[in-house]
Amino acid sequence: MSQINPINTVEDRPAITLLSDDDNTGSLEVASQWRLIWIKFRQNKVALFAGVVVLLFYVVAVFAEFLAPTLPSKSQPRLTYAPPQSIGFFVENEAGERAIQLHVNGYGMTVDPESLRRSFTVDKEVIIPVGFFVKGEPYELWGLIPMERHLIGPLNPKDSMNLLGTDKLGRDVLSRMIYGARVSMSIGLIGVFSSLLIGTVLGALSGYFGGWVDLAVQRLIEVISAMPTIPLWLGFAAAIPLTWSPLQVYFIITLIVSLLAWTGLAREVRGRFLSLRHEDFVTAAKLDGCTTKRVIFRHILPSLTSHILAVVTLAIPTMIVAETALSFLGIGLKAPVVSWGVLLQDAQNIRTISSAPWLLVWPAGAVVVVVLAFNFLGDGLRDAADPYEH
Amino acid sequence: MLGYIIQRVFLMVPTMLGISIISFIIIQLPPGDYLTSVLAAMADSDVTFTADQIARMRENYGLDEPMYMQYIQWIWGIVSRGDFGYSFEWNRPVSELIWERMGATLSISFLSLLFVWAVSLPIGIYSAVRRHSIGDHIATLFGFLGLAIPNFILALTLMYVSFRYFGQSVGGLYSPEFVEQAMSWPKFVDLLKHVWVPVVVIGTAGTAALIRILRANLTDELNKPYVLTARAKGLPEHTVILRYPVRIALNPFVSAIGWVLPQLISGITITAIVLNLPTAGPLLLRALVAQDMYLAGSFILLMGVLTLVGMLLSDILLALLDPRIRFH
Repeated sequence: MSQINPINTVEDRPAITLLSDDDNTGSLEVASQWRLIWIKFRQNKVALFAGVVVLLFYVVAVFAEFLAPTLPSKSQPRLTYAPPQSIGFFVENEAGERAIQLHVNGYGMTVDPESLRRSFTVDKEVIIPVGFFVKGEPYELWGLIPMERHLIGPLNPKDSMNLLGTDKLGRDVLSRMIYGARVSMSIGLIGVFSSLLIGTVLGALSGYFGGWVDLAVQRLIEVISAMPTIPLWLGFAAAIPLTWSPLQVYFIITLIVSLLAWTGLAREVRGRFLSLRHEDFVTAAKLDGCTTKRVIFRHILPSLTSHILAVVTLAIPTMIVAETALSFLGIGLKAPVVSWGVLLQDAQNIRTISSAPWLLVWPAGAVVVVVLAFNFLGDGLRDAADPYEH
Repeated sequence: MLGYIIQRVFLMVPTMLGISIISFIIIQLPPGDYLTSVLAAMADSDVTFTADQIARMRENYGLDEPMYMQYIQWIWGIVSRGDFGYSFEWNRPVSELIWERMGATLSISFLSLLFVWAVSLPIGIYSAVRRHSIGDHIATLFGFLGLAIPNFILALTLMYVSFRYFGQSVGGLYSPEFVEQAMSWPKFVDLLKHVWVPVVVIGTAGTAALIRILRANLTDELNKPYVLTARAKGLPEHTVILRYPVRIALNPFVSAIGWVLPQLISGITITAIVLNLPTAGPLLLRALVAQDMYLAGSFILLMGVLTLVGMLLSDILLALLDPRIRFH
């Protein structure tokens, strides 16, 4: 018969062993949720690439002033609808030797004898030397820092370089696209932020409380998703007074776009809440005497963050397309604001498109690439959002 | 079944109410009201009124009443008399202007729905049966592109391509020489030449989405034991696939009406503006720009109601197909 020593059986250590400094936190067993998500996301090469593309577009948007060869509003009356020039690397000097010199070719002009319309062709004989970090039109970076260096441009500021052609006023399409990226990409971000706010709050309330709150929110979502979106966007956007400043119009358009886009987000959040509200950790928090607010915001919402991030990523392209469509129809953003939709306004009739296809191809291409990239990125995030699932 | 339909219709009422309220808000959004427009039109023809007369007219039109009374009058006019208000730009009652256009919108949307079904069914089945084959990857790629390209950009591109490479103008529904003619065989052929562009443009996104759904559903079904049983019995492969799993995977095709229809109607609005089709879209945009609000609001209301009816139809069809839904 063994003697039981009561002192030895008392648990003097915590039930869970805490991490000590020499534990390897990088290993899978003890990695944090976000680390697991990253590991899973990284395996999806397409999503990773799409993420890089999205990031690149935002970098372009942030440093628009520096990256654009010239100002978006600078018109060249002598070079309307000029075709794109391509960059060449070698030039031949008089002696027939080839030397490395970045350049574009100048333009030759022909006048149609009947319609008297001028048309421009790229003239291989004229060589305009081009360089990096050249001095060009002065600008203020972020409206603060006065600068005049551009990433790329003609060495002689009097020369003209239009890598993507020019529009009806002879403005450089590349520069306008780069400045347009700032407006178009930021509308997606700001819009998604406000619909995130509405969607999360309403979705959380409806999923957590259930009952009549749920019923009311669900009816509201049903009404909004039953309406065809474009007519509704048109209806709201057309009511914007013409006297408003471009900044006001920008924010109200963002608001309109996000007011109709929160429903998907609210649905997702509600669904997650419904499945989580009877989980043990929620019950435990309630038994601990946490307030409703604390249970929602401290216990349930953090475990949804990754899912919300995925849904948000998938909602951004919708907003970008919405802004583009509204501006294209002439009731969204208007000149002098430059966005991809405003650029596409110039490509509205078939005659313009057929004589200057670059006015359609580049802005439309940018929209499609961005939308594709966001979709792939969002799909990847959604797959990685729940790293514990098998 | 009848009980289910009645329940569905009953559930539709609050949504319908919500849609009408949103349409009414859009009508009321621009500054000024019905009378302001009347007075502006009168002032153009040098007729002016005293303040007293204007006040009496406000009373006559019910404009001095609170907003909710005005809403009730508006909706009552529509429900009881089919009176949608008056279009100031066209100087005609709205009801004379909308039906033909809404009819065209509905027909093209319906054609597109048929297109979506006809294209996504074979491709979806193929993708699921031959998963990870080259054909499947191509379909997936086209699916992603179809979802990513906005309708109006696709319309512009198609317009450019057919103009540039086929020398054919694709705008409108008829070639200029047929517009005024009565319907005839050559005119019908001409219509077919034009109508495919909007149908393809607005159908693409829905097709892409439906292919993905069908592929996922069918893949799940193909792994179930009853498929193995059917194969073990020695049925030919196409019977095994078409007779059982495809029938079950078809449910999303019916429920698709509910979510594809708003997309299609939304898509046709902007596509029609680009391609200049005689549907509701261009007239709606014009009305909005001219602040001809009763016309614009009526279009928005009817488009909402149209999708709601579509959802109802898809619910009923789904219940007919799948008894589990009826008895739930």
